[in-house]
Amino acid sequence: MAEPRIVVVGAGPAGIRAAEVLATHRLPLVLVDEAPKGGGQIYRRAPDAFRRPYAARYGFEADKAQALHDAIDRLAGRIDYRPSTLVWNVFDRHLDTVSDGRTGRIAFDVLVLATGAMDRVLPIPGWTLPGVYTLGGAQIALKSQGCAVGKRVVFAGTGPLLYLVAYQYAKAGASVAAVLDTSPAATKRRALAGLAASSGTLAKGLYYWAWLAARRIAVEEGVTDIGIVGDEAVRAVRYRRDATEKSIPCDAVGMGFGLKSETQLADLAGCEFSFDPPSRQWLPERNADGESSVPGVYVAGDGAGIGGADAAELWGERIGLAVAARCGRAPDAARIAAIDRGLASLARFRAAIDRAFPVPPPETWSDRDATILCRCESIRIGEAKAAVRDFALVEMNRLKAVTRIGMGRCQGRMCGLAAAELLARDTGQPLAAVGRLRGQPPVKPMPIPWTTEA
Amino acid sequence: MVRLVDRDRPSIAFMLDGAAATAQEGDTILTAVLTARDRLAEANGIDGPRAGFCQMGACQECWVIADGRPVRACGTLLAAGMRVTTDRHAARG
Repeated sequence: MAEPRIVVVGAGPAGIRAAEVLATHRLPLVLVDEAPKGGGQIYRRAPDAFRRPYAARYGFEADKAQALHDAIDRLAGRIDYRPSTLVWNVFDRHLDTVSDGRTGRIAFDVLVLATGAMDRVLPIPGWTLPGVYTLGGAQIALKSQGCAVGKRVVFAGTGPLLYLVAYQYAKAGASVAAVLDTSPAATKRRALAGLAASSGTLAKGLYYWAWLAARRIAVEEGVTDIGIVGDEAVRAVRYRRDATEKSIPCDAVGMGFGLKSETQLADLAGCEFSFDPPSRQWLPERNADGESSVPGVYVAGDGAGIGGADAAELWGERIGLAVAARCGRAPDAARIAAIDRGLASLARFRAAIDRAFPVPPPETWSDRDATILCRCESIRIGEAKAAVRDFALVEMNRLKAVTRIGMGRCQGRMCGLAAAELLARDTGQPLAAVGRLRGQPPVKPMPIPWTTEA
Repeated sequence: MVRLVDRDRPSIAFMLDGAAATAQEGDTILTAVLTARDRLAEANGIDGPRAGFCQMGACQECWVIADGRPVRACGTLLAAGMRVTTDRHAARG
């Protein structure tokens, strides 16, 4: 029997580990990645001109980053590795790609989707101003470009990344004006109390918090009504805490409310999705092997539900072993059992993180009709509300059809989850009932002149 | 954006909306533009100026024209002599 054609999409922690296991089992594979250099976002690499050492760039995670980068560098010559290549469609057991202006097509029998995650963002007044970036974007500016997003930065939102990025900025010499967390201190204490103090991740989080506090960087917890003040540039961030309105002058903002999975390709591949209440998003279903409802299509890492980089590496390896077994190899059963124990432990930690940093409900947003909801099409919250009322909308794809929310260039990556929260609230439905935006190819914009083969 | 660390890279010249500008080797187009000025795209009749958002190729707000081809500024390295045009409508392709 001919070897199945295996394609891994995404060269972050999950994709690299999956590819590594497959290569170890002498299975030919194609590894496609949109970035010019493997590593993904959390361990994003800087261009060659940057000299800052790993320890400075990746902090406590320097060893993991180095190990992952070494792994992809070792693999690059041994497998069919295609960096700078966007997968823009999945259809009928093939992928459509575009790379440097050329379209391509890759057939597969087994597909491993390791598409990663991005920040979950909420529409707050002023969030389209120059100087406002996602937390992940602010981190990338520093990690891979040596830049701060401004001279005096406020970090606002919730989740572990909020504290990590604030710490990284301050440590690199940037001026951090404040950290504004929508999660109240008591919520975090309750959620994290049950976790073993030995948890390395928790210890690091507490370290960042203490480091910021020791430097007198204001950390405000339980904030609501966050808004960014300024006409053509950021002048301040205002917010409410304990019924008091406050304002902090700054010229840049990093914002994010946890992470969301990049699931568009799994959707186009036909995978069944189900609603995940803790993370308030729809995720592709997967079994213990990481296989989705579509035979031969696997979903790995944060693209299948936020678990963090450590879990992503384990999922990648786990799926690599499952695919090896599928291809008649005899993978190490003891290793599989160890990975499953590791993943179970990380899943418990993740559940506590979800409880500690809940997505703030719309009632706590600075919910003004004039605030832009869809950044691509500049559609405001009030316009969406009016459409929901006038057209009696109860479902996300109808909202999209009527308002163009989710139809812009980002395909709803920025506004989709927030629009669903608003639609659910305004129609008195549970979030799961309003559905999710259907994926459409191309999953990212492609300039039309590029799509024609010469 | 302000340069914070690794600031001693060789400088490279490029053209930004028809004017001479300088950046550093290893800069993305986004970094090159936003260290030269505070915005990527000017305000239009619909809403205000923009300067990118996610820096990881998801939000699609940083499309520019580089040497005649539409590219995402956050994911494209600047090359010496590159001609970068930031007109928002042109960049929509």
